[in-house]
Amino acid sequence: MRCDICKKKKATVHLTEIVDEQMTELHLCEDCAHAKSIQMEQQFGLADLLAGLSDFGKKVKGAEEMRVKCPVCGMTYDEFRKFGRLGCGHCYESFKIHLTTLLKRIHGSNQHLGKAPVMIMHERKEDKGNKVDLAELKRRLADAVKTENFELAAELRDKIREIEKGQ
Amino acid sequence: MTIDDFANKTGEWLKGVGECSDIVMSSRIRLARNLANMPFPNKAKKKDLLEIQQIIGKAIEDIDILKDALFIRISELDNIDKQFLIERHLMSHEHAANPDGKALVVSKEEIISLMINEEDHLRLQVLHSGLDLDRTWEIADALDNALSEKIEFAYSVHWGYLTACPTNTGTAMRGSVMLHLPALVMTKQINKVLAAVTKLNFAARGFYGEGTQASGNFYQISNQVSMGYKEEDVIQNINGLIRQIIEQEEQARQVLLVQNRPMLEDKIFRSYGILKSAHIISSQETVELLSMIRLGVDLNIIKDVDRNVLNELFIMIQPAHLQKIEGKRLNASERDIKRASLIRYKLKGY
Repeated sequence: MRCDICKKKKATVHLTEIVDEQMTELHLCEDCAHAKSIQMEQQFGLADLLAGLSDFGKKVKGAEEMRVKCPVCGMTYDEFRKFGRLGCGHCYESFKIHLTTLLKRIHGSNQHLGKAPVMIMHERKEDKGNKVDLAELKRRLADAVKTENFELAAELRDKIREIEKGQ
Repeated sequence: MTIDDFANKTGEWLKGVGECSDIVMSSRIRLARNLANMPFPNKAKKKDLLEIQQIIGKAIEDIDILKDALFIRISELDNIDKQFLIERHLMSHEHAANPDGKALVVSKEEIISLMINEEDHLRLQVLHSGLDLDRTWEIADALDNALSEKIEFAYSVHWGYLTACPTNTGTAMRGSVMLHLPALVMTKQINKVLAAVTKLNFAARGFYGEGTQASGNFYQISNQVSMGYKEEDVIQNINGLIRQIIEQEEQARQVLLVQNRPMLEDKIFRSYGILKSAHIISSQETVELLSMIRLGVDLNIIKDVDRNVLNELFIMIQPAHLQKIEGKRLNASERDIKRASLIRYKLKGY
């Protein structure tokens, strides 16, 4: 059988965890098992580790989640989980909730801080009225929530909504 | 210009010049980009792929830096040509399979190569000799900007550049450096170094990229994370890590020189002797021996060979290259003979 993570090499490490009659299994090739072994020491248990890779292992909330479909390209979330590839740019919007968590797990962050395409930079310059970067606002919102400054968070949230509505 | 024109020379990145180019073979930046409003290659139909290929092809027509570039349709290549391009690090293995709608654009000096419709619509690669990620990034950045003036890329303010696989989303940039670390291997410290690299969220791969074993003591170090950092910061981080590894390799070389010079010289000159005289030799054996000679040149133990001749040999001894140089198909034993003859010629052997 193939490794659950890279899906390429043969699985030679088989992990089984039984907690309160709930059993979860993970099959890994040597390389992926080694790569994950550092993570595993820090993880609570198998379920956490699996959830950290994708939604594999988590109790599936319902078949409806799997059937969530991207209206533009037709890809279902189930298909994405199977093959690890999204179908189009719009899938990011369609599967937003899962991807936000997944991106955080993979990269340690789900907010892009790097460059933008030239076209967008031109638009930003025209938006001088708005002055503040949308990404910057979102960062501030995350901070406000973390520090439990909920009044400020609500203000920022409303500002963000305004800008997004206008876009 | 055709692919055959490439066969008798090698790309800029093998010239063996540039900073730290004894230990650092090359620096590479890869950017992944997708067109907005078109399905990603794994979900696209053939006519979509052809349209994407056409749009990108049109966009590069006016870009200065790609003026004399070669545009290749993968479906028009035979297996040897495809293998040839892979061996030259101009395209990936995946790009050779399922040729529908796939294309490759290569600049004259092979510094820039664009894969069209691989895992993403556009995979842009800039490859430079020595440790020079900053300059490499400058080129990639400028080319990316030039392209984005003509093509609307799939991009979100929140998640950055949208890619087919979420592991690439964000900056969609992979920076990598190819290092030659024979002393760390010989002093058995390489595993310690690789473990530290992994802990810092970098990946270490072999000479031929993803899924390959390290051979010839070459290791390719690259970043894994593409979201949550500015591109320049990622490059700074890679530079910092690489400089530390370089220092360790240099120290290990000194240890070898001081503690056991005769053993070191013996190993190097035996390798030199075999390569100068063998009449049949496998690529596996060649690569291990060339690594020793390269070390010998770096340490000034071997004085009559140029580093760039060695760098070129690493590429030319590969199967498709040998056949292109010879001008015809060769089976495995014929290649082993041709390889040995090419090496003897280049090293002025017997």
